[in-house]
Amino acid sequence: MKAWLPTFLRALLCLVLIAFLLAPQVFEPLLKPLVQPNAPAIYNQGSLIDLTLLHLRTVFIATVLATLVAILLAIMVTRPFGAEFLPLSRSLVNIGQTFPPVAVLALAVPAVGFGEKPTLIALFLYGLLPIFENTLTALTNLPRSVMEAARGTGMTDFQRLLQVELPLSLPVIVGGIRLSVVISLATATIGSTVAAKTLGEVIIAGLQSNNLAFILQGGLIVGALAVLIYDALTAVEALLSRRTGRA
Amino acid sequence: MRIRFDKLGVAITLIAAYGTLGSGFAVLKPNRIVQGQVKSILECFPAWAGAALIVLMLLTVFVALFRTPPWLKLGAAASALATLAVAIGLAADFLTPAGNSYARVSPASGFWILLFAFALLAADAITRLKPAPWMRVLFLFIAAAGIALIFLSGIWSGLSIMKEYAGRADVFWAEAGKHVMLALGSLVAATVVGLPLGVLCHRVAPLRASVLNILNLIQTIPSIALFGILIAPLAWIAATVPGAAAIGIRGIGVAPAFVALFLYSLLPIVANTVVGLAGVPREANEAARGTGMTDMQRLFQIEFPLALPVILTGIRIVLVQNIGLATIAALIGGGGFGVFVFQGIGQTAMDLVLLGAVPTVALAFAAAVLLDALIQANSRISNGAGSA
Repeated sequence: MKAWLPTFLRALLCLVLIAFLLAPQVFEPLLKPLVQPNAPAIYNQGSLIDLTLLHLRTVFIATVLATLVAILLAIMVTRPFGAEFLPLSRSLVNIGQTFPPVAVLALAVPAVGFGEKPTLIALFLYGLLPIFENTLTALTNLPRSVMEAARGTGMTDFQRLLQVELPLSLPVIVGGIRLSVVISLATATIGSTVAAKTLGEVIIAGLQSNNLAFILQGGLIVGALAVLIYDALTAVEALLSRRTGRA
Repeated sequence: MRIRFDKLGVAITLIAAYGTLGSGFAVLKPNRIVQGQVKSILECFPAWAGAALIVLMLLTVFVALFRTPPWLKLGAAASALATLAVAIGLAADFLTPAGNSYARVSPASGFWILLFAFALLAADAITRLKPAPWMRVLFLFIAAAGIALIFLSGIWSGLSIMKEYAGRADVFWAEAGKHVMLALGSLVAATVVGLPLGVLCHRVAPLRASVLNILNLIQTIPSIALFGILIAPLAWIAATVPGAAAIGIRGIGVAPAFVALFLYSLLPIVANTVVGLAGVPREANEAARGTGMTDMQRLFQIEFPLALPVILTGIRIVLVQNIGLATIAALIGGGGFGVFVFQGIGQTAMDLVLLGAVPTVALAFAAAVLLDALIQANSRISNGAGSA
């Protein structure tokens, strides 16, 4: 395989995605064979691009919140003050991952009502785990020599955290964020079962009216977004680890 | 003498205090879908029982607050959890007006918060005890037996979730069977296909990247879409391949759900098999070759046993994930606990949602504990063999 091929494919995927979102009618002949003769082949109960942006917004808000909380928690349990919580936090993360998304979503509804909020809660909880786990791994596996050098130069605990520990952990943390975003992108579609405005709406409309074209376009847009964002974050991660000299 | 507080104990105390004082214990609703009236702990029982419950919570919090031995903490947490479980059933009987079959009592946020606080205490105690694998399975078994006992005794029969259950007990167990069949069946199918595929990927390097890339791509398709996309090809197979319809292949229902779960399961199994086999020490392989083992013998006697913990980790990921994803099968008529979740969402009957969600969470949790114990037991064996 030539080295430029993956980059070319990604650029192509990105272009097709943008073209599809801006002018879905152009693709109608492609999807037409998949539906009954008089059924619509392009989602017609709302704008695809609006739904995509809302979908991304939901994932973005949840991921930002999850990142902040997860990193803070991981910092806390790795300080001497919070060391007592470290083993428990590990088992909680383990237990947390056994909660199925649908259950979290459905159980959040009585507390906060239908719509975007239960989806945000579910995405936040799911996003938390990979980021927390990765941050924890990174902070507890820093090279001992570097830590001792930092201590030796008379840095305070806080300086060490900000100038040494976090920058060195950043690539691994970004790896956690990447996992979390990909999971959230897919999970957000389930949010539409509790009336959140995401691309899940397109898929569910397809399931209800037995319209394969709807299901396919909803699923493929989410899939394409996930691939592109995953690759972008992989590139960021590689860049960061090159900068920290750990590649 | 300086009294030393347990930091987690302080957190648990605050959570439990909020659960007791800041929020209600149970909700009384005139019927199953309207908003209810929240009742505090003292309103849920005869006065003496409410007071006794609060005293017991205080005792547990006391054990949590100070640096006491983990066994004591675990005992206190377990007794508090058991008492809460019984108490919510009694509260339902006490609150339901006599002869009123429409009124519903469900646990309120305070109950869940207390449950969370003491579950936290139990989890912390168990983590500190560092129990052997069989011991953790024993804990799980005791918890399951306790729940089954309360369930069978009828203490919970006044609770709303149990009234939802009573109306559809047959359907419940049928859907439970389907749920387990979907989750386990697709796991078995994925293991049967994934293990050889993983071995192949390990031995034939050029294959590795493309197979893993394709499996990775499948993971990015959201579950509800993949379920939907499979409807069409399976309907086509059912219509054209003779005998396919007879063995239960249909466009909607169990078949697409099964295939979707199978496809999602492949990546963790194949990837972990590849990682596990790659982690087998070169010396072990060379020693095996030196003794004249065939490739097959080497695979089964050296590589698989050494890679087993990593492969089992893949299987754990798949099983927990499948139990969760199987709820979505209900959207395409595949059955499972999701049926109750989605019916409940549709009718805004939250107790019906609970009837689907609680068993799913319990099942996933039990599967995780069992497989974690299995993984730990196996990594012990291979470590032991290595050092012996």
